[in-house]
Amino acid sequence: MRLYFKFLAIHLKSAMTYKTSFFLSCLGHLFITGNTFLGVVFLLRRFDTVGGYTLPELALCYATVLAATSLAECFARGFDAFPKILREAQFDRILARPRSLVLQILCQDLRPTMLSRLLQAAAMLIWAVHAGAADWTVGRAAVLALMILCGAAVFFGLFLVYAALCFYTLEGLEVMNIFTDGAREYGKYPFGVYGKGVLWLLTLAVPLALVQYWPLQYILGRGPGWYGLLPLVSLLFLAPCFCLWRHGVRHYRSTGS
Amino acid sequence: MKKYLTFFRIRLLAGLQYRAAALAGLSTQFVWGTMEVLIYRVLWREHPERFPMGPEALAAYIWLQQAFLSLFALWNWEWELIDSVKTGVVAYELTRPADLYGMWLVRTLATRLSRGLLRAAPVMVLGALIPAPWGLRLRVSPADFGLFLVSTCLMLLVVCAYNLLVCALTFHLTDPNGVMVVSVAAADLLGGAIVPLPFLPEGLRKFAELTPFGAMQNVPLRLFGGDLTGAAAYRAMGLQVFWAAVLIAVGYALLRAGLRRVSVAGG
Repeated sequence: MRLYFKFLAIHLKSAMTYKTSFFLSCLGHLFITGNTFLGVVFLLRRFDTVGGYTLPELALCYATVLAATSLAECFARGFDAFPKILREAQFDRILARPRSLVLQILCQDLRPTMLSRLLQAAAMLIWAVHAGAADWTVGRAAVLALMILCGAAVFFGLFLVYAALCFYTLEGLEVMNIFTDGAREYGKYPFGVYGKGVLWLLTLAVPLALVQYWPLQYILGRGPGWYGLLPLVSLLFLAPCFCLWRHGVRHYRSTGS
Repeated sequence: MKKYLTFFRIRLLAGLQYRAAALAGLSTQFVWGTMEVLIYRVLWREHPERFPMGPEALAAYIWLQQAFLSLFALWNWEWELIDSVKTGVVAYELTRPADLYGMWLVRTLATRLSRGLLRAAPVMVLGALIPAPWGLRLRVSPADFGLFLVSTCLMLLVVCAYNLLVCALTFHLTDPNGVMVVSVAAADLLGGAIVPLPFLPEGLRKFAELTPFGAMQNVPLRLFGGDLTGAAAYRAMGLQVFWAAVLIAVGYALLRAGLRRVSVAGG
């Protein structure tokens, strides 16, 4: 763990060396997700509700998704860039070191600029709370934190799957974008809005709804208390992800140097 | 002229080689389109009277947008050209007996066309399989379809000219990243990528339609769905011509100015 923090410090320092470029990337990330939310705002101005949700409720929903993805995209960047690590045979070097593989890949790269989106998430959250999206209790606030943390964990699992698949394909699979970028983009609405089919797929197969739709029902006072504990269940998703990763590692043949 | 055509053909064929990538992109585009349609379907069920355009026109907009994404997405920058300016490789290009701006324009047009064409057809087929009113259907008259084709070409010209403007700016700024970031954000919002322009508040929509971003995907996508007809269609296409001309002229001038004081490092 100390090793990891050391790497974090190094990456942060290197990112801050080029300050203009750092702030420009921050701005770029913010524009994308900011625009996404502006789109929601414009639609809501015209329609008032989407699937029965009001704007503060949607802001609350998007804030949790945004916070979860930006955490995952910041810290799991090494897995996102994994095709490159494989192609350049850097993985050989990683295998040779007497440390955990996952930890080392996490140390490979960091995208601190992604954390700018945390600011947006925080701003939306504050506004949503202010606009009275929900009646806050300690339990609900705790569930909100759980949604963000477990959400980040699920996204981390998806990155792990993405990297594991690279062992077989040697290149990044664009299809995975559906679940990573797509989930961030379409997580702006509670997944129930997209219909039963999408909701059940995202509950049982890729448990994104467990960290978004179901606990949100509890926070908004539309579901029973045990919905709030569902984010913890989503952590089970990490098990098959790790299995696939392990299997991929065993399957690995070096591309040579 | 012949050398431009040959160059165009070469770049087009080169771009058409990336068939596997196109196939991979296909599923992403299809899912994206489906999610968009699902959202608007919910809105249509809840408040049909507040829709600024019919569901058929909107569906055509969404599916064509996904199909032609790489044709007009502003963020498909010509990195090779930008890097050639940054590294000085552009000096080689200058030794060729052809106008640099012309070559660049031909090149971006060909890259975009090849990427766009590869991905368009399968997405359109999938979109057409979706039941009405949310599937892709051809509902306009042949004359209006002709307008759509012309407008698509104009859009391509506007987008490419905008791209080249940024490439030419690279001669004057060392790092065009700031311009790019702002352009992409503006194009997403004012060009109708996030929400189709008719869904925006009235004042913002009017402003957006006047900007170069409003002269991009907004026009052909709405022509195809039959949402933009008559005088409004001609006005929008007139603006496309205007912006294409302005962007090409400014880009050309910037490139000229850049080349005049260029000094290439290295041997």
